[in-house]
Amino acid sequence: MAEPLLIVEKVDVYYGAVQALRGVSLQVHEGEVVTLIGCNGAGKTTTLNTICGLLRPRLGRVLYQGNDISRRPAHELVRQGLVMAPEGRGIFPNLTVAENMDLGAFTRSDKAGIAADLERGYALFPRLRERINQKAGTLSGGEQQMLAIARALMARPRLLLLDEPSLGLAPLLVKTIFETIDRINGEGVSILLVEQNANAALKHSRRAYVLQSGEICQEGSSEALRDDPAVRAAYLGGQ
Amino acid sequence: MDFTQLLQNMTNGVAKGSCYALVAVGYTMVYGVLQLINFAHSDVYMLGAYFAYWPAKWMGYLPDEKGGRAQDVPLALVGLFVVGSMAACAAVGALIERAAYRPLRHSGRLAPLITAIGVSLLLEYGGQMVFGTEPRLFPTFVEAQSYDVAGVKFANTSIIIVVTAAVLMGALTLFVNHTRQGRALRAVSHSFNNARLMGINVNATITMTFMLGSSLAAVGGILVAMDQPTITPLMGLRMGLKAFVAAVLGGIGSIPGAALGGLLLGVSESVVAYWSTTYSEAVAFLILIGVLLVRPAGILGSSAREKV
Ligand SMILES: Nc1ncnc2c1ncn2[C@@H]1O[C@H](COP(=O)(O)OP(=O)(O)O)[C@@H](O)[C@H]1O
Ligand SMILES: [Mg+2]
Repeated sequence: MAEPLLIVEKVDVYYGAVQALRGVSLQVHEGEVVTLIGCNGAGKTTTLNTICGLLRPRLGRVLYQGNDISRRPAHELVRQGLVMAPEGRGIFPNLTVAENMDLGAFTRSDKAGIAADLERGYALFPRLRERINQKAGTLSGGEQQMLAIARALMARPRLLLLDEPSLGLAPLLVKTIFETIDRINGEGVSILLVEQNANAALKHSRRAYVLQSGEICQEGSSEALRDDPAVRAAYLGGQ
Repeated sequence: MDFTQLLQNMTNGVAKGSCYALVAVGYTMVYGVLQLINFAHSDVYMLGAYFAYWPAKWMGYLPDEKGGRAQDVPLALVGLFVVGSMAACAAVGALIERAAYRPLRHSGRLAPLITAIGVSLLLEYGGQMVFGTEPRLFPTFVEAQSYDVAGVKFANTSIIIVVTAAVLMGALTLFVNHTRQGRALRAVSHSFNNARLMGINVNATITMTFMLGSSLAAVGGILVAMDQPTITPLMGLRMGLKAFVAAVLGGIGSIPGAALGGLLLGVSESVVAYWSTTYSEAVAFLILIGVLLVRPAGILGSSAREKV
């Protein structure tokens, strides 16, 4: 197999004196969807923030496309296709839908490409097109999530980090979001997905890691993890 | 009641308020991104006047010691002096941010505030050391004229002040609302991290914010200097207070708020001055206290985390 697109190598992350990640290692290969599951407070968001450059590991390193990026600022990584749709969606409520989409393409200057991607984004989520001049803060939760994903795609990601994209959404919308994740992946974007909705996430990914109290406690194929009794008991409601 | 005089005061108030607005917008933009009151801003305004004064003095556009007549500065040179002063103040604003505020970015809100007061004092007393304490006569950038409309006098300087302020505030609004960098500024004022995730260089955007505010303050300084026409190293004290009140009145963080607040304050002061010039100065304080009591977020301000 080729060199993985992303390698997180024995990473320790602290908030002040409090350690949030202990020796976390994971990999994402080109074209994969990889899921990271874990309880509230396990360190999932911390892991994603460390990968995308918002946090610095005290020990260990992060390799993206073969380069050590653990000391690179987040805004530079976006240019290299490492893009995150953050927890809580991270949209700009006082800006319109169109302005949010434009900001997604902030690092790009290829006008024709941007226009084509805008079209593609609105085709993916027609509801956004209807609300193009509306302030993003007035959108429903589901629409905000659509905007967060569509906006992330505007940066032409090679690796997309999604932090709990289905959080707080109605079941039908959750289905739409996961179908969209499949589609985006089908277009060649590698995805690292963080979810509390472990059942759906494991169905839509190839491999998965389980994070517990800042440590990876299990990893394997998503299918195998779904059948694992311990995982079922802890993350799939014991069904 | 003398309505002509009252009207006269109001038109003067609009000119005064336009200057407040030009300075207030710098307070409001910096507050919008950093939640910091940049006390040194009013001293950058003072520097703006001096940065236009010096080259004019060096080139001999001021009365000499022997009482030679002051010369008018040619229009092209005026433009050059104004742009030069804007650029110099932009550099000073960027330097203040880089040297004084950025190192304290993660030290809570009190430390940068105290530092801001320190930088302000440094510029005021440093200014007195370098420029001397005595007021200086500002060169004649435009020959004073005045037009009479139904008994109300319109000084050409007042007209220049209002038009310049309106054009600059309009340009700033267009920039913030309709350009990539303007969108970046609004994104940063909402959330540093979310802006970073868009690929926005937050530090560069903050630097740009200081440069914009400082260059508008420079123009404010020059306009007031033209109108007075004397300048002193402490001229920022009064303007700082008024512009800050204007920003709070309009809603700190809001650019249209700064414009509205400046105009309201300028006109109220001038209207009160119709009855009493003594009390007109107190108006700023009364308005500040009133606004803080009734509507702490200001007229156009939102209490939400949404600024600029
Ligand atoms: N900004 C922060 N400051 C201090 N502690 C934090 C901060 N963010 C998260 N933590 C702590 O780090 C741990 C991991 O949090 P997080 O990565 O958000 O977990 P998850 O996303 O899995 O719910 C938690 O114990 C949390 O309280
Ligand atoms: Mg989280």
